[in-house]
Amino acid sequence: MQRVIADKQAWSTKQFFLQWEWILLVVFIGVNIMNMYLSPYYMDFFNLRDATMAFLDKAFIVLPMVFVMILADIDISVASTVALSSVVMADLYQRGVPMEIAVVICLVVGTACGFVNGLLIVKFKELSAVIVTLITMILYRGIAYVILENQAAGNFPEWFGYLGWGYVGEIPFIMIVFIAFAIVFGLLLHKTTFGKHVYAIGTNPTASRFSGIPVDRVKIIVFTLTGFMAAVTALFLTSKMGSTRPNIANMYELEVIAMAVLGGVSTAGGKGKMIGAIIAIFLVGLLRYGLGLINVNAQLQLIIIGGLLIAAVALTQVKRNKSA
Amino acid sequence: MKSKMNVKKMLLTSLVLLMSLSLLAACGSNSTNKDSTSNGGSSSDKKKHAIIFKNTGNPYGEKMMQGFEQVITELGHEAILKAPDQPTAEAQIAMIEELIAQKVDSISIAANDNDALQPALKKAMDRGIKVLSLDSAANAQSRMVHVNQADPERIGRTLISGIAEMIGGEGQIAILSATSQATNQNIWIEWMKKELEDPKYAKIELVKVAYGDDLRDKSVSETEALLKSYPDLKGIIAPTTVGIAAAGKVLTDKGLKGKVQLTGLGLPSEMAEYIENGVCQWMYLWNPIDVGELAGHTAEALVKGTITGKVGDKFTAGGLGEMTIVEDGDGTQIMLGDPYKFDASNIAEWKDVY
Repeated sequence: MQRVIADKQAWSTKQFFLQWEWILLVVFIGVNIMNMYLSPYYMDFFNLRDATMAFLDKAFIVLPMVFVMILADIDISVASTVALSSVVMADLYQRGVPMEIAVVICLVVGTACGFVNGLLIVKFKELSAVIVTLITMILYRGIAYVILENQAAGNFPEWFGYLGWGYVGEIPFIMIVFIAFAIVFGLLLHKTTFGKHVYAIGTNPTASRFSGIPVDRVKIIVFTLTGFMAAVTALFLTSKMGSTRPNIANMYELEVIAMAVLGGVSTAGGKGKMIGAIIAIFLVGLLRYGLGLINVNAQLQLIIIGGLLIAAVALTQVKRNKSA
Repeated sequence: MKSKMNVKKMLLTSLVLLMSLSLLAACGSNSTNKDSTSNGGSSSDKKKHAIIFKNTGNPYGEKMMQGFEQVITELGHEAILKAPDQPTAEAQIAMIEELIAQKVDSISIAANDNDALQPALKKAMDRGIKVLSLDSAANAQSRMVHVNQADPERIGRTLISGIAEMIGGEGQIAILSATSQATNQNIWIEWMKKELEDPKYAKIELVKVAYGDDLRDKSVSETEALLKSYPDLKGIIAPTTVGIAAAGKVLTDKGLKGKVQLTGLGLPSEMAEYIENGVCQWMYLWNPIDVGELAGHTAEALVKGTITGKVGDKFTAGGLGEMTIVEDGDGTQIMLGDPYKFDASNIAEWKDVY
């Protein structure tokens, strides 16, 4: 008798609505209602629009970080990559390189940092990604310090400020770029063979290798993409600050990873969706903004966000145990 | 397989999550901002004055905010006190956005970065918010006036003559600063270097400027690194309250009293122990409460229109007396006065004050 194994699970309405992303959406709406109730200034188009501009810069890195974490890897060097590419750009500009070229070099530096991460990870298989990126985290930040020697650099041309502060009509420029990247990364993860490979490797790297998936190549591409997106963050963040310094984007890696985790991306690999991470970005960003609007002090904000993360991890754990 | 139990459990958890969130937020709003809802309209005479310090958990900053709050409340206005959990410009930019959204009347800020706040503060000024910096300056384009604790030249020169006296006029010295971008620190360090050019300090060598980032543990490890790298080190100048207390602790723990001298800018309450045990013979500071109060009066005067931040503008800052705005590079500033010396003879009376 022939046995048919479906390549997709049968549709189940209950399953569909039980997904983590729906719960996130409910919490997201809840946070918005709470903010509205707490501050009369919250539900204002212009305020909300400008609030998103304040946290979207780091959101660019969350998109590739979802890929990295689905691979069951992690990249903690991203903030240092932001610093190095930003500092190189500023230094070149100060040495007389035209800003347009400096921007391109910023992207090249970030991409190269990511490529080096990927290469080290596939070459030294006995080292985990956390160790490799811990080393490059120190290395990249160190080079940034060597270049600028603890100084700040800035005075960029007028047009560069547009990245972080400009609008297209009434919509922030950074928002448009983010949405474009989010769509590209979402399609890449969920609609392409490459994305399927990423899930397969995260679930079982050995089986993937034996099935002919180019594991090493996929990993290098994912880490290179992460470096590239860190450089995109560097551009927007540097523009927003109008200047840069070697300790820019300090601790961004933790915030980025936290957003991905809250978005339902499992640190054990193989699980997670792009949309979850995107909801999580806005959830954390707007929650922080709302708490800031009623002037909750910084420690309490950290406690609240920390509590949210613990709940997220606990919940995904409950889900996994049940479905196992 | 998913059971009914599972559905219930997840719904329950998200519900609990939501409730605890709103509860926490409500607590926070009650404690920090008592009448935000009753004072929704800004039509009344009651103005909203905000202050942003560098980071939380800094007793010096808390005193400053306390002075600011006191003046603002006495004048019948609402004070909003804010400080990020990390001493970064990124975090301060987000806070400025939050204050713009709340339509405050003035923002007083101790800047974590001289230049990086310019776009955000300019945006605030474009919306009609009066902006001033205090303690650590934002650049001239991003503020209307700067409230300076004391004359930076006097601070820098006084610290050098102080350490020179302690070490007997010769030997290696080092500086333990806060972050490398802290504007005030860098100006004092520049004046220290200028004072060192005087021939009478020819035998004193400044070997290193270390950065403890105003974090206690980093300041401790930077001090330890200084002692290790320069075994002949004679003195440390720490022009930051976090740094000098950390250095005082390291020197006390290692029994280096008398071998390595320490001076700088410190809080009497934190430094009393080290002044009394002789590790730090004396140190300097102004009163951070006064700095906060002066900023409060300045904010009020700017909002009222008594002053605009121009050189020569005069106003009365409550008990602090008549203040005049003077030039500061390409911007303007108000100076509080001279640094004050704390030693074994007067520390006992000051340590309970701040």
